[in-house]
Amino acid sequence: MIEIEGVTRIEGGRPIVDRVTFSVAAGQFCALVGSSGAGKSTTLKMINRMVAKSAGTIRIGGADVSTLDPQSLRRRIGYVIQSIGLFPHWTVAENIATVPRLLGWDKARIRARVDELIDLVRLDRDHAGRYPHLLSGGQQQRVGVARALAADPDLLLMDEPFGALDPITREALADELALIHHRTGKTILFVTHDLDMALRLADRIAIMDGGRLIQFAPPIEILEAPANAFVRDLVGRSALGLKLLAIRRVGDRVRPGLAAAGEPLASSASLADALSEMVVRRTDRLPVADSGGAILLSDIVA
Amino acid sequence: MMSLIAVAAAFFALLFGMPAFAPLVARAFPDVVPPIYGFASFPAMLLSHAEIVAVAALAAVASALASGVFVTREAGRQFRPILGAVATIGQTFPPVAVLAIAVPALGYGEGPTFVALALSGFLPIVANVIAGIETVPQAVREAALGMGLSPLQVLVQVELPLAAPVMLAGIRTAVAIMIGTATIGSTVGAVTLGTPIIDGLVGDKLPYVIEGASVVALFAILVDMALDRIERRLGARTSRPMPARRP
Repeated sequence: MIEIEGVTRIEGGRPIVDRVTFSVAAGQFCALVGSSGAGKSTTLKMINRMVAKSAGTIRIGGADVSTLDPQSLRRRIGYVIQSIGLFPHWTVAENIATVPRLLGWDKARIRARVDELIDLVRLDRDHAGRYPHLLSGGQQQRVGVARALAADPDLLLMDEPFGALDPITREALADELALIHHRTGKTILFVTHDLDMALRLADRIAIMDGGRLIQFAPPIEILEAPANAFVRDLVGRSALGLKLLAIRRVGDRVRPGLAAAGEPLASSASLADALSEMVVRRTDRLPVADSGGAILLSDIVA
Repeated sequence: MMSLIAVAAAFFALLFGMPAFAPLVARAFPDVVPPIYGFASFPAMLLSHAEIVAVAALAAVASALASGVFVTREAGRQFRPILGAVATIGQTFPPVAVLAIAVPALGYGEGPTFVALALSGFLPIVANVIAGIETVPQAVREAALGMGLSPLQVLVQVELPLAAPVMLAGIRTAVAIMIGTATIGSTVGAVTLGTPIIDGLVGDKLPYVIEGASVVALFAILVDMALDRIERRLGARTSRPMPARRP
């Protein structure tokens, strides 16, 4: 879907992004993680040409982005930023309709799409006619996400989308983003400095430091085989086991044919959820839904 | 709304009903004959006055908008300090001095008045055009570009509507000043509501000064109130906190 090859951005004689190469397959959720100044936002912005690259190539679906007209390129890519940037003089519905309107969709189609998106990001349909300043920060970013998805782009770029929100809202929106990703199958590039968020949401993590790509791997590999001291430091030794439990799924550890009593767990639940349920129910085995089996405490540690 | 209607009623009553005040003025100033200024009718002077102000305001708005937009673009950013300096110098030049300089070049009549007004209106408008565009949050601009709006679409659909309340506040200030200042145009032969004021001053006839001044004052207040209403409506529609009101 996206191939980034040797991409470099030089500012004031110094490389901000230095020969970064990785690719993301269609439907994947890729998180770019690093501290501020690591070059992750700049990398993201070179994809939709908000920032010009100094060297390298970026291809989306095989097409070199530098050969495309920037406006039509951006209309094909969803873009969500930390500061949200809703248009204060347009209603929620008008904000969501931005790109469809630019693409010249007819009114009925736009209206139907806006309703669909308001439902998808779980806003109230009553909010459609309101101006952004009447919404909470979390609601505003839901509108931001809906606006980015409006023209049904295959690719979604998210630049610290939940960075400005309080922790509770952030968690709720992260859960819903996972759900939206699952339901829509979009390819998502997500910039964050929060490794836990990345571990939870992404199936590929790109760790950047000082403009360089340090490690590009699935979450489990980041935890189990950090590429160097920087990544090891980022992962942190503390609670590593819990982080591993949080990204492993119950479905992978289920024992078919084993019976257990009680409310079944979803097979998509994490091992951390399973452990927590066992502690709460004071049991060492839990049934797993749709698997005809159960999971044992010893399977969690195995 | 009520106050706007009251001022409008007072203004039109004075404008068309001026002759009705004749007995009153005659009793207070028996030496002044005729008691009401009679070389031109007040409606006719108002029309000419309003026309000069309107044309000057249009010119000031058009040039301020064009130059304000230009210096807030990437290409024109370097000219911003120069524009600021030119506009400030223009403002420190009193309109009377502009008149004095413009008369030899443009002759007597409306020409020099028009130039003096347009120059004096340019600064408050251009300052507010720039301020208005600069109040547009960077995030909104980034989102607009990121969604795929062209630079022109960002200007027309996002920046100008968001800057409109602030820009209109500048236009309102400028127009109020211009309506007052236009009266001095009568010293160089333009027909304005300043004509009875100047004639009254020259001929030592106080009632003419009062008659002209009260119509001009009410006209300025009326236009200011009307623009204020438009400005608020615009502010409410764009649903942003209103810029601080002038005292």
